[in-house]
Amino acid sequence: MSAAALSIRGLRVEYPLEDGRVVAAVDGLDLEIAQGEIHALVGESGAGKTTVGNALMGLLDAPGRVAAGRVAIAGRNVDFRTGRAAGIVQGRDVGAIFQDPMTSLNPLFTVESQIGETLRFHLGLDREAARARALDLLRAVGIPEPERRLKAYPHQLSGGQRQRVVIAAALSCDPKLLVADEPTTALDVSVQAQILDLVRALVRERGLGVLLVTHNMGVVAEIADRVTVMRGGKVVESGKVADVLTRPKHAYVQGLVAAVPRIDKRLARFATIGDETAGAQAARDDLRTRYMRPRAEKVPDAILEVANLTVEYGSGSLLGLGRKGGFRAVDDVSFAVKRGEIFGIVGESGSGKTTVANAVAGLVRTAAGTIRFAGQAIGEKRPRALRGAMQMVFQDPYASLNSRMRIDDALAEPMLFHGVAAGRSDADARIAMLIEAVGLAPDAGRRYPFAFSGGQRQRLSIARALAAEPQLVVCDEPTSSLDVSVQAQILNLLKDLRDATGLTLLFISHDLAVVRQMCDRVAVMQGGRIVELADCDTLFADPQHAYTKRLLSLVPNVARIGNRLEPTGASP
Amino acid sequence: MTRIPKSVAIAGAIAVALIATALLAPWVAPADPTDIASYNLIDSELPPSFVAGGEARYFLGTDNQGRDLLSAILYGARVSILIGGGAVALAALLGVTLGLVAGYFGGWLDAVIMRVGDVILSLPTILLALLVSGLARALIPNAASASWAPFILIGAIAIHEWVQYARTVRAATMVEVQREYVRAAKVIGLPPLRILGRHILPNVMSSVLVIATINLAGAILTEATLSFLGVGMPPTYPSLGTLIRIGNEFVFSGIWWIAFFPALTLVIGVLAVNIVGDWLRDRFNPKLRSLA
Amino acid sequence: MTGVLLNRLAQALLVMAAVTAIAFAMFRYVGDPVLIMSREDATPAEREELRAALGLDAPIVVQYAKFVGRVAVGDLGISYRNQRPVAKLLAERLPATLELVAVAMAIALGLGIPLGVLSALHPKAWYAQAIQAVSLLGISMPTFVTGIGLIMLFAVGLRWLPSFGRGETVALGWWTTGLLTPSGLRSLILPAVTLALFSITLIMRLVRAEMRDVLASDYIRFARARGLPRPYIHFTLALRNALMPVITVTGLQVGSLIAFAIVTETVFQWPGMGLLFIQAVSFVDIPVMSAYLLFVGFLFVAINMTVDVLYAIVDPRLRSGAR
Repeated sequence: MSAAALSIRGLRVEYPLEDGRVVAAVDGLDLEIAQGEIHALVGESGAGKTTVGNALMGLLDAPGRVAAGRVAIAGRNVDFRTGRAAGIVQGRDVGAIFQDPMTSLNPLFTVESQIGETLRFHLGLDREAARARALDLLRAVGIPEPERRLKAYPHQLSGGQRQRVVIAAALSCDPKLLVADEPTTALDVSVQAQILDLVRALVRERGLGVLLVTHNMGVVAEIADRVTVMRGGKVVESGKVADVLTRPKHAYVQGLVAAVPRIDKRLARFATIGDETAGAQAARDDLRTRYMRPRAEKVPDAILEVANLTVEYGSGSLLGLGRKGGFRAVDDVSFAVKRGEIFGIVGESGSGKTTVANAVAGLVRTAAGTIRFAGQAIGEKRPRALRGAMQMVFQDPYASLNSRMRIDDALAEPMLFHGVAAGRSDADARIAMLIEAVGLAPDAGRRYPFAFSGGQRQRLSIARALAAEPQLVVCDEPTSSLDVSVQAQILNLLKDLRDATGLTLLFISHDLAVVRQMCDRVAVMQGGRIVELADCDTLFADPQHAYTKRLLSLVPNVARIGNRLEPTGASP
Repeated sequence: MTRIPKSVAIAGAIAVALIATALLAPWVAPADPTDIASYNLIDSELPPSFVAGGEARYFLGTDNQGRDLLSAILYGARVSILIGGGAVALAALLGVTLGLVAGYFGGWLDAVIMRVGDVILSLPTILLALLVSGLARALIPNAASASWAPFILIGAIAIHEWVQYARTVRAATMVEVQREYVRAAKVIGLPPLRILGRHILPNVMSSVLVIATINLAGAILTEATLSFLGVGMPPTYPSLGTLIRIGNEFVFSGIWWIAFFPALTLVIGVLAVNIVGDWLRDRFNPKLRSLA
Repeated sequence: MTGVLLNRLAQALLVMAAVTAIAFAMFRYVGDPVLIMSREDATPAEREELRAALGLDAPIVVQYAKFVGRVAVGDLGISYRNQRPVAKLLAERLPATLELVAVAMAIALGLGIPLGVLSALHPKAWYAQAIQAVSLLGISMPTFVTGIGLIMLFAVGLRWLPSFGRGETVALGWWTTGLLTPSGLRSLILPAVTLALFSITLIMRLVRAEMRDVLASDYIRFARARGLPRPYIHFTLALRNALMPVITVTGLQVGSLIAFAIVTETVFQWPGMGLLFIQAVSFVDIPVMSAYLLFVGFLFVAINMTVDVLYAIVDPRLRSGAR
């Protein structure tokens, strides 16, 4: 049997701080990858998984250094005394893939030159031989029309094609180890599936060992043989994927696995623990009584009706996204949202789902169609009361709050503007209640956004959306930037708030599993149109449209784990 | 918070000290160089007191009119700083306002503002300033030109510099408008003026302050250059540039101090401001490097 | 890409329109040309005659059109000060300024790029810190102070180099050059260095900043992860990316060098267009001022267009049509 593709013993990576202290980004890591095996390294932000990848790729950032441990690649020891790998040639013996294919390739050089340079330097090939080999590689990674693509510049390729080129360049010298740092995170589900297939095939053909750094449990379940879970630089659990994901031993891993939204069945809540302050439930009850009072009027069943909505960019949109020739982002879309339900819109990037959200919220100008809110048609100029009745929660928690504004000022602004509170002192009481209702301590109001984590900021964004006492909240990818355990908390919170107040949520997401867990009804969008609209359970159990079926089949699925064959050659 | 490097702290202290002394010139300078009664032709072209032939009364010597050079430099620095500061204030006010409007509303308003800016930027500061001050001199009667000179200079410099603020603020505004806190403010229904003033402006201010610091150095240099070329401050109300212009005529006759000390003051002052500005830029806004 | 160029062309025309309009307005409204051009003792009737002869009684649009027409055929009027055709005056002065600017630009690029790359590659090294410190001094020294300083040192003190004028020149047709005689070259050194100093600093700082950005980019990290040799990564890959913005800035710098030549030429009494212009400004010689403005405006537009075309050729993203 040949040597392991990668063997790590007691790896410790340190970052010295300015005051002389030292932070260990990775502490005591043991890891073994056999040839032909895919080993996933997972963890949430700050776990140290990316640092491990960087250390192997010879890319540790300046003050960071390997303080202890032994690393052997394909049986040869790596010398870390200089702070990076010597004795082993990066690129020849270790291939690397990064997260964003859009920025991994140099925009000024052709595909041929970027694959060829590695071959010329490491294998001493001449230009012709390098060209022939590059062509073979492009074929191997399944790029259509490889001859033509050789002369292409990166901007002429799609995201998926670029990632294929990156893989081709990484594999050009036939390394024994491939380090892939979030290789599919920036890609759409369908492209992700293709890239994962490609990696799996290459592993089989070439006996490659792969260290797959990722935060996505679905990807792990889909492709990896073994998994190591890290937290705070330390390993918490390691083993076969099937064992770790189905029968996790460590409490943290159990929590992590439970927080992953499942696509196969719907749960009432995510199992999370200790994420809220004690007063949260009581505050939500207060909120409930507030909401109950004035809302007993005559109410039409559908709170939001969208008919034949069309949005074009390039014809003077409010957001200023100029594109010549009028690109139709949303094309003749109609749907109705019932009062109190969570209505999901799901689709890949470019499907127009976010544009629908923006149109409903009044952030983009519509080209055609009508939007009715509580039976009342709304146009470009919206009355103030209507604006207050419809609020929005956004994706990026770090950009959602004005960093120059104290939290209570940010929450008071909509209250005072919409006359929900009589004055600042009245507002302050409500602010305290709202902050508690989203699970934070009431003194949070006196601080600025930088004092909060991503998940806490998202709670505050939700509180701000609720400050105007809306009836409809548009949630645009509200958890896409969050770690999976935090995502679970936020999704639970949204459900709790809906239950407490009878709010209606328009929930936009690219993540089918999240939609499955959250929504009552779902619309699937593709290329600006709704291709299927159904009750959530029906849609997932029995999809009608071909596109929906395909999407569902491509989602990496934690539950599919048992169905996979054990790959040959993986001998731990 | 990173600590302030020693060089930056020293530069900052020098800049503050220079600016304070210059602004307080009427109270700290030994004589008033704008007062014709203080001219003393018998004492003209005396070297500094620490050089052979110098007199204790005149620490840095005298100029060709017999004015005390130290006083002339302090008053000159005051003029330079007031004009430089005035130009920066005017340019910033104009540029920030137009930049916010262009970035937020876009459309034809944006196009007009930015095209005008492009045209202005395609001419170098110094040329535009020369033209403006040259034209102003041609249009304003000679008798009044001395009292108008500072305002002409401020206008001549600001007419070019506002574009820098407008471009930066516009770009920053376009980024901020896309950011979610501004979109949230729109969804709340806040009127544009309130969104611009309360949400966007505070978030673009750090860039503006960085540009303003670097610009102050540039504006003082431009004023000095114009005065040196003879189209700036007249010899009766000299700025540092005017003093160097006067001194330049005597360099070949070995009377070096008339040009040297004003030039030294100018370079030290501008250098100090530049060091602070450079550090601010690296610290707060590394992306703003297109400015010199 | 054709869209970009058309856009630029429209902008260029706009600049030219603005510049001719200003030049025309100067001509027409700053001082009364009739008063300036007629004899002291001319009668009102004679003046009206001259006014008609100059076409100054025609509608303003017609006057502007005629002005543009005259400019287009190179008729830039007669200098008030020395009563010679302005076009001739400019043509005599042009070679001196262009030679000065060209040499200064060459110095600026030749020193600015290597220094910028050096300080980006080893930002912590003592020489990088030194370069950085000196560059700050460089942007803090006004051109005229540098010039006077160099004169004091090399001309007055050491007596190595001349302090004013162009030295001996050789005529090549209508072009006179100082590049072919020893005294011409010696005379060129101080003014060219003075003029270049500011640009060296600027280009150096730009290259340094660009290079540092590029070195931190994903594609350079990817190149490092593929184990390519460092010199190749730095000088073949990264440098090309870093130099893209330098093209634009070089274009702008040529413009600013021509403008700052006004100052340098004043300090060194260099017989170029800048000196002509500054003399015109102090004598309110409007035809010369407006002609200089027209010329510089035209040069700017030409340079900017060249830069845009060059950029489009060098950058593959523009070459094949931006998506």
